[in-house]
Amino acid sequence: MKYVDEFRLPGTARSLVRKIRELGTGATFMEVCGTHTMAISKAGLGPMLSPQVELISGPGCPVCVTSDMDIDTAVAVAHMPGVILATFGDMVKVPGSHGSLSDASAEGATVKVVYSPLEALDLARSESDSEVVFLGIGFETTAPVVAATILEARKRELRNFFVLSFHKLVPPALRALAATEDFSVDGFILPGHVSAVIGSRAYSFLPSEFGIPCVVAGFEATDILQSVFRLMQALTARPSVAIEYSRVVRPEGNQKALSVMYEVFEPVDAEWRGLFRLPASGLGLKEEYREYDAGAWPVEIPPATGDKGCRCGEVLCGKIKPSLCGLFGGACTPDNPVGPCMVSTEGTCASYFLYSYDEVD
Amino acid sequence: MCLAVPAEVVEILQNDVAFIDVGGLRKKINLSLVEGVQTGDFVLVHAGFAIEIIDEEEARKTMELFEELACLDEIR
Repeated sequence: MKYVDEFRLPGTARSLVRKIRELGTGATFMEVCGTHTMAISKAGLGPMLSPQVELISGPGCPVCVTSDMDIDTAVAVAHMPGVILATFGDMVKVPGSHGSLSDASAEGATVKVVYSPLEALDLARSESDSEVVFLGIGFETTAPVVAATILEARKRELRNFFVLSFHKLVPPALRALAATEDFSVDGFILPGHVSAVIGSRAYSFLPSEFGIPCVVAGFEATDILQSVFRLMQALTARPSVAIEYSRVVRPEGNQKALSVMYEVFEPVDAEWRGLFRLPASGLGLKEEYREYDAGAWPVEIPPATGDKGCRCGEVLCGKIKPSLCGLFGGACTPDNPVGPCMVSTEGTCASYFLYSYDEVD
Repeated sequence: MCLAVPAEVVEILQNDVAFIDVGGLRKKINLSLVEGVQTGDFVLVHAGFAIEIIDEEEARKTMELFEELACLDEIR
């Protein structure tokens, strides 16, 4: 346990903060993982590093980047007769244009919260008269898990298990962000568990094409501080993708998880909140697995209602801090959320609301 | 949402099924996404699946953190 104690000493964090401050001023880094956003807020790293380093959040919360249109589709599927819709807890309260899955449940739809898609598979077996649809939301960390569940459904010869896949891929979103004209981020803190699957090489275009240095970070305060420190050092060196979270992440990633993911899914165009429609940035079921695809079902979705004034899209691209949204902390709170960034436990708005200092009066 | 919990694999059964120990709790997980897991390995668990093998020493450290967080939650 020696290593633990050394790693967790507050003195280590303090000295890292001091070192970062000594290295200069004015750098802006973007963290691209909701779990990082929450870790940064909980540890209060923002004010500790300011004004030398500004940390802003990117499109790293899968629930938050899911579009209203996709939520409306999920709600419509949940309302279909005989359907049980199963999904992760984070997704249930996110409002689309016509309410959330939680609202749908109140109106009579059957919505079940599961911890693992395998639970949805068990549900399909026990509720053989129903059609169980797993709503798949998540990045490359989650997509292999859902793919493995579909393979298991085939093995068990279950005919009443389906997936509504709104999975998304992180690198295409980062490419779109980096290519934005007014994008002025000096470095990326890359997601640890997405990278465990796809590997650090998947981001090599960021330094090579855009000159942006990156560090794959772990999830403790000292991990994040170390990553910031390495990014500061990288500002004056040749940009690259470094791995701070080396106890888990390898340059080539987890090949077995990737092969399962691409056995079942293929890249498709996808709608991102804040980034609009990006080519080959989502995952849809391949032809060979279409029998499990609830995305192919004909559903009627009422046209979207008017603008709610929510600025989650701009928050997700790092264009504004949550406090600049007129709804933040007033009309929109975790108890009564208007936008997804306030619903999800990893949403930027929720993390600012719960842990931030000067943003809330 | 990409949260993954480190845990020790305490028993490996057939068909990629294994049991992990998380803070004294025994839980069933699936190993089909990771190559070469052995009893005693620490794995990162996400949504009921192991997604990567991790270093034991590092795992102990993270578990301590989680226990600490759990204590904080209790206080709240």
